[in-house]
Amino acid sequence: MPTETVQPGKASLLYDPKIRGYVYQAALLAVVGFLLYSAASNAITNLRAQKIASGFGFWHNAAGFDVNQKLIPFSASGSTYGEAFYVGLLNTLLVASIGIVLSTFLGFFVGVARLSSNWVLSKLAMIYVEVIRNLPLLLQLFFWYNAVLKPLPNPRQSIDLHFFGLGWPSPLLTGLMAIAAGLAWLLYKSSDRLANSDRDRGLVKLVSGVVLTVATVIWLVYSGILHVVSSGFLLNNRGLYLPDPQLGPGGSLIVWTFLIGIVASIIFRVWARKQQEATGKQYPVGWIALGLIVVLPFFVYLVTGRPVSFIYPEIAGFNLRGGIQIFPEFVALLLGLTTYTAGFIAEVVRAGILAVSKGQTEAANALGLRAGPTLKLVVIPQAMRVIIPPLTSNYLNLTKNSSLAVAIGYPDLVQVFTGTVLNQTGQAVEVVAITMAVYLTISLVTSFFMNIYNKRMALVER
Amino acid sequence: MKKAVTSALVLASLALGAGVAQAQTGLLPQVKARGVVTCGTSPGLAGFAMPDAQGNYTGIDVDLCRALAAAIFNDPQKVKFVPLSSKDRFTALQAGEVDLLSRTTTWTLSRDTSLGLNFAGINYFDGQGFMVRKKLGVDSALKLAGASVCVAQGTTTELNLADFFRANKMKYEVVAFGSGDETIKAYESGRCDAFTTDSSGLYAERLKLQIPTDHIVLPEIISKEPLGPVVRHGDDNWLDIVKWTHNAMVNAEELGITKANVDEMLKSENPEIKRFVGTEGKFGEPMGLSNDWAYRIVKLVGNYGEVFEKNVGASSPLKIARGQNALWTKGGLQYAPPIR
Repeated sequence: MPTETVQPGKASLLYDPKIRGYVYQAALLAVVGFLLYSAASNAITNLRAQKIASGFGFWHNAAGFDVNQKLIPFSASGSTYGEAFYVGLLNTLLVASIGIVLSTFLGFFVGVARLSSNWVLSKLAMIYVEVIRNLPLLLQLFFWYNAVLKPLPNPRQSIDLHFFGLGWPSPLLTGLMAIAAGLAWLLYKSSDRLANSDRDRGLVKLVSGVVLTVATVIWLVYSGILHVVSSGFLLNNRGLYLPDPQLGPGGSLIVWTFLIGIVASIIFRVWARKQQEATGKQYPVGWIALGLIVVLPFFVYLVTGRPVSFIYPEIAGFNLRGGIQIFPEFVALLLGLTTYTAGFIAEVVRAGILAVSKGQTEAANALGLRAGPTLKLVVIPQAMRVIIPPLTSNYLNLTKNSSLAVAIGYPDLVQVFTGTVLNQTGQAVEVVAITMAVYLTISLVTSFFMNIYNKRMALVER
Repeated sequence: MKKAVTSALVLASLALGAGVAQAQTGLLPQVKARGVVTCGTSPGLAGFAMPDAQGNYTGIDVDLCRALAAAIFNDPQKVKFVPLSSKDRFTALQAGEVDLLSRTTTWTLSRDTSLGLNFAGINYFDGQGFMVRKKLGVDSALKLAGASVCVAQGTTTELNLADFFRANKMKYEVVAFGSGDETIKAYESGRCDAFTTDSSGLYAERLKLQIPTDHIVLPEIISKEPLGPVVRHGDDNWLDIVKWTHNAMVNAEELGITKANVDEMLKSENPEIKRFVGTEGKFGEPMGLSNDWAYRIVKLVGNYGEVFEKNVGASSPLKIARGQNALWTKGGLQYAPPIR
């Protein structure tokens, strides 16, 4: 009887779960790779068989069509399909980036409002979230497009916004500002009665603070603009027309002061925080930033002798000529994307705040922190850890959803590139591949920055 | 894990198998086996392709597809209509989703030569025009300087529009939409001063407006738009069948063969008519059809003139004059090579 020889090496190699895992992974990878390869080669063979031209030669061919909203020069006579791509891409990035900022603000506001113990406020927020989340975005875009267009007159009967007493100092706007400030003050004062927990009191105070700040900024900015520009704010169904600023000699100084003001504010904020950590002394960062960013450039503007002139829009033929035109398609798309995404962000924010245990608020109170600082320093930073990952998803969704623009005539990447360019050239494979690559890149870049932010906010465990 | 690998392999073999099966057998046997012609049409353009209250498609483009089904199956109902936007039509045809496009598609050099497509004839001679509101007081497209113009994207229309305004040194603002429906809605809401498409389309779309008589079509025709059926490259027999289906309809009108009298024509002694209805010669067989293929077309669908009148002509709401779509014998452009 031969003795059985145990071969531990072989046996463990075959049955080692780790190695088996690797083998399966490699097999799967090979299959996926083979699938991709055969799909690609199949496509190439079929295109050749059908004599469909392929390659990227079309990129430099003359486009021959026009686009209304363009951030870079583009015309039917001289521009190429490649330039059409950039026009579309920039339009997508424009609406997505502004939409992300606005939907974040609106989403936070609604999310916080939904947690308020004020019955009316929280129910209104709930209705908003439920309605917005449950209707298809495309439908909402059609609604907004029609809602934007329908009430507006034709260009010959343009509404002159200046006509409504928005002069400087605008009585209407100042009145509205006073009402907003009064409301915010009342909200702040009655927070004890409106809310029955410390967290809710903090939230009410936060909301009142935001209202007050937003009202102040709008009033300052708008009054400032109206002080400089006497008229030329026209509204009709071709869009909102604004005076187009032209910088005279010394005008660039204002822009530079503005940019330096932003940088200086950031530096000051960092310095102030370090000072506070070291000495406990606090600085009025907000007011100094406002001075640096808004007041100082305005002062420079006055000192340099108002070197800004304006091209005013005026009626010429069918439409207005001159000025900056904000297209109704852009406004409708922005409104649709913002309100839709804000509905989801509101829920993310609510979940984040609810995730912070009540004990944290109680502990902060035990330390003697008031409601406002408790929220700002204890609750929100912990809530952010829960909020950021789903927030990233919502930013990505907003960007991708902007491709629905094609339905309401906004020239985004999908409309210009996979719409018109694809059709004029017939290069379906190339054009779709490029478009997919662009959306993938935008998504990855957004995720990358949000992940960096997430890392900074994440709980540091020892 | 094992399951995942197996299913991936099954998927792979399916993908490859599909690729192999599609290669080179000719479309006609496939269509016959399938029992139905798949035909890409407009999603809704009155007179050309439009579903009625019962969901039956009607129109001049639709009747071409029905004629094709009549020639192949002796049954004009054996058509599956696939509504396609102007944006999606070529991709759908290239990808084999439809056997042909019969969808107000302009025959241009670049489409014919670089998209892997073949045009099979011209079933409607058209040209691009403009529609405006009457109260605008504009009576010529040359007075549209500075106007906003609504257009459906992905068409030759967009290019002609740019060319026209450039050639006449006029500024304008273009607003492009994904589909014709959204374009006409935007025009109606006042977003644009003018709406542009092929003039047949202008008459058709005008019917969709609330008060059609408030709008006028301007006299200028700014382009040539020969519209016709399109098939994929590489299947000459299928191209012949589509081409000759259209030619048969035009020839029938010229020979005076109508839906009503085609049965009598079977007894005709006129050699041209005999060849047409299949009582003399074998003109269907080389295409893989029966010899009475042209008889079936007229019997079941009608001749070109009948189809024109019924769908877009005097007896339709569009009331478009025959104009250049009249037969060559009557001063028009419709001309078909003889069947012999």
